[in-house]
Amino acid sequence: MVSIDSNALELHALDFSSLSIGDQLPPLQFGAISRHTLALYCGGSGDHNPIHVDRDFAQAAGYDDVFAHGMLSMAILGRMLTNWTAQENIKTFSVRFSAITQVLDEVTASATISDKTSENGEQRLTLDIETRTQTGAKTLTGSATIVVPPLK
Amino acid sequence: MLNPENIGRKSEEREIVVEHGQLKLFAKAIFETNPIYFDEAAAKAAGHPDILAPPTFGNCLKLLAPSKDLSYDSLGIDYKGLLHAEEKIESYQPIYAGDRLTLLTEVVDMYEKKGGALEFLVMRTSIHRQGELVQSLTGTVVMRQEVA
Repeated sequence: MVSIDSNALELHALDFSSLSIGDQLPPLQFGAISRHTLALYCGGSGDHNPIHVDRDFAQAAGYDDVFAHGMLSMAILGRMLTNWTAQENIKTFSVRFSAITQVLDEVTASATISDKTSENGEQRLTLDIETRTQTGAKTLTGSATIVVPPLK
Repeated sequence: MLNPENIGRKSEEREIVVEHGQLKLFAKAIFETNPIYFDEAAAKAAGHPDILAPPTFGNCLKLLAPSKDLSYDSLGIDYKGLLHAEEKIESYQPIYAGDRLTLLTEVVDMYEKKGGALEFLVMRTSIHRQGELVQSLTGTVVMRQEVA
């Protein structure tokens, strides 16, 4: 039986007028990423590339060990975004994968408002988003576009 | 080696039904805590018709309904040298458990860097529900030729 957290069901609507360029979203920490997590993500995502779960395969490919799916880190960024605003408000979401996330790494997802526009009644935010590991190394960088509905 | 003649090639249309169990396993793998992503009752209580697919799940649909016409083999891609370089997701409508979706993938671009040591392949997948575009995903993978 799943307990339902009422806070999770109703996100507070964003107040566009109170948001400013430079504001940061609450970051989200994830991990350390275990081999078990990678196995779950392999099955859950449909990404069956053995390089993420089979160390023999990874070593034959020239790596020391398995490493995390890039899309797992993008999913963590997605969780950070949907913890902050309703998913329907996320219009575009893009990343560049700049470094490999190793097994047992910890990932922190963060975001900063980099642009704010209001045109033809549409209130739009651009977020700079990124993930870093516990060493501070940037693993994903990208952006997201959020359309903020008017407060009711 | 990538063959630039593949630019513009399109996949066959693939149909896939978004399975509840798949969404629940995905939610578990990413340690999702919001029950609208794994519990039917919670999703309905929050005003959704069923479990909501999280923002990046469209990429999973690509992998769960792979194209035969644009298989990695047919494009000259070897898993061993493959890394994900970029992903862009444009969302128009939410995707829910039980949705019957149609996927179409197209090879958009290919290019080289570092004198051919790195080869990039860009593919775009559109996801439709009953003829309506719900999501478009543009993914870039890179192949390192020295290990391929």
